[in-house]
Amino acid sequence: MNAWFIQHRAALAAAFRRLWATPLNTLLSLVVIGIALTLPAFGYVALDNLRDLGRSASGVQQISLFMNLEAGKKDVAEIENRLRQAANGKWKFVPKEEALKRMQASEGMAEIVASLPRNPLPDAFIVEPTNTEPEALEILRKEISGWPKVAHVQLDSAWVKRFDAFLRLGKLALWMLAGLFGAGLVAVTFNTIRLQVMAQSVEIEVARMIGATDGFIRRPFYYFGALQGALGGLLAAGLVLGALHLLSGPVGELAALYGGSFGLRLPGVPEAAVLAALGAFLGWLGAQLSVSLSLRKFD
Amino acid sequence: MIEASNLSKRYPGGLDAVKDASFRIDAGQMVLITGHSGAGKTTLVKLISTIERPTSGSLVVNGQNLSALGRHAIPHVRRHFGLVFQDQKLLFDRNALNNVMLPLEIAGQPRREAIRRAQAALDKVGLLAREKANPIALSGGEQQRLAIARAVVNRPTILIADEPTGNLDTESGMAILDIFADFHRVGVTVVVATHDQSWIERYHPNVLRLDHGRVVS
Repeated sequence: MNAWFIQHRAALAAAFRRLWATPLNTLLSLVVIGIALTLPAFGYVALDNLRDLGRSASGVQQISLFMNLEAGKKDVAEIENRLRQAANGKWKFVPKEEALKRMQASEGMAEIVASLPRNPLPDAFIVEPTNTEPEALEILRKEISGWPKVAHVQLDSAWVKRFDAFLRLGKLALWMLAGLFGAGLVAVTFNTIRLQVMAQSVEIEVARMIGATDGFIRRPFYYFGALQGALGGLLAAGLVLGALHLLSGPVGELAALYGGSFGLRLPGVPEAAVLAALGAFLGWLGAQLSVSLSLRKFD
Repeated sequence: MIEASNLSKRYPGGLDAVKDASFRIDAGQMVLITGHSGAGKTTLVKLISTIERPTSGSLVVNGQNLSALGRHAIPHVRRHFGLVFQDQKLLFDRNALNNVMLPLEIAGQPRREAIRRAQAALDKVGLLAREKANPIALSGGEQQRLAIARAVVNRPTILIADEPTGNLDTESGMAILDIFADFHRVGVTVVVATHDQSWIERYHPNVLRLDHGRVVS
């Protein structure tokens, strides 16, 4: 075993000992870090679920194409051909006869439909493109509008645009919040490490005098900061998971009231690992800043 | 070997603690640095052990010019020295064994080997039976012996001490002198700053006398 590995292992063990030596301080620091990471993490998961909800909401990504009343089978075939080339996704042809039947089936419409001299409904296509970005949907809508025998193309683009703008705004706010709380985490670690350096000033002084390198002195503090951040990240993952578990029931009930079904997507092991890694990085950063400043007095 | 040429140290404020000191200490010698209080003994010890950097002049230790050392090289050079301070600088949140193990941890020795060597060093200074004791529970003489064990555990080529018997009674002081003499006998270069004349009477070492920062004999 080489000296480098032995020293890293010893530094990691020392960091664990320091965490364990003051359980109350450790717990309070972890709670602060956990909450600081929970808020942006919860926001991220909430936005992710909203995006899913938007995608699954019926009609949002559909384009309805209505033909002219005089359009024949040849025109329908031509549109089908063009859709095959232009729209990367699914579509469904709704013949005017089927549309009329559906209308008749609607409550209170049977008599009205029966009194009509002829079928007033056109042939139609329901298009569901793969690319549901608002800009792409708008481009496709414009293209379809120019096709022959197409009377009207309907896209609920305003809703999609508004929803997309809301998500973008949410994402921006989330980044700002994450930056703010990330800085808070760095500050918490900075202060904890500063107090540790002060408490161990004699040990640091002696170690320097008998040949300790900067790395030897700094390493346990780096490990401490990273460990504390990682544990805070795991705590945050647990809090987010707990909150989503509590919310999933009421959200499902709400979705059922609107005639749909929606289940919250819960963070898994990869998301928890990312949160722990992020916490570890921010903790390490706080330790790095603190140790660099605090150790100057020993130079 | 330690060789100084026109070595000077001026502290901020203009105090010349060491001035144009030139001397040579051969490997395996036992040298006493003496002089009145404020003569520059401690500063010279700090210069040799790289705790202080000289303002001018050169200081060569084991063929390495310490005056020209880069910041990052200093810790590695210090590991060749065994340092004993008047106030011992022991760590009171570790037991005796762990205090002695510190230089070995710094050198990256495997734990088992570090324990074995630390126990051997404690045995050498007669403290093996107190390995689990906290330094605060040790007497002044025992604390100084513990500091010596920590200084020698890394098998240094040069043992440097600053007033190691300054805070001890005569009997404890003599015991410390004997330990230094033992290390000198096995070939370690011993450099001790002291105003304790009993060293000279007992061991007849080479003497480097300082007066107001200058080497006078």
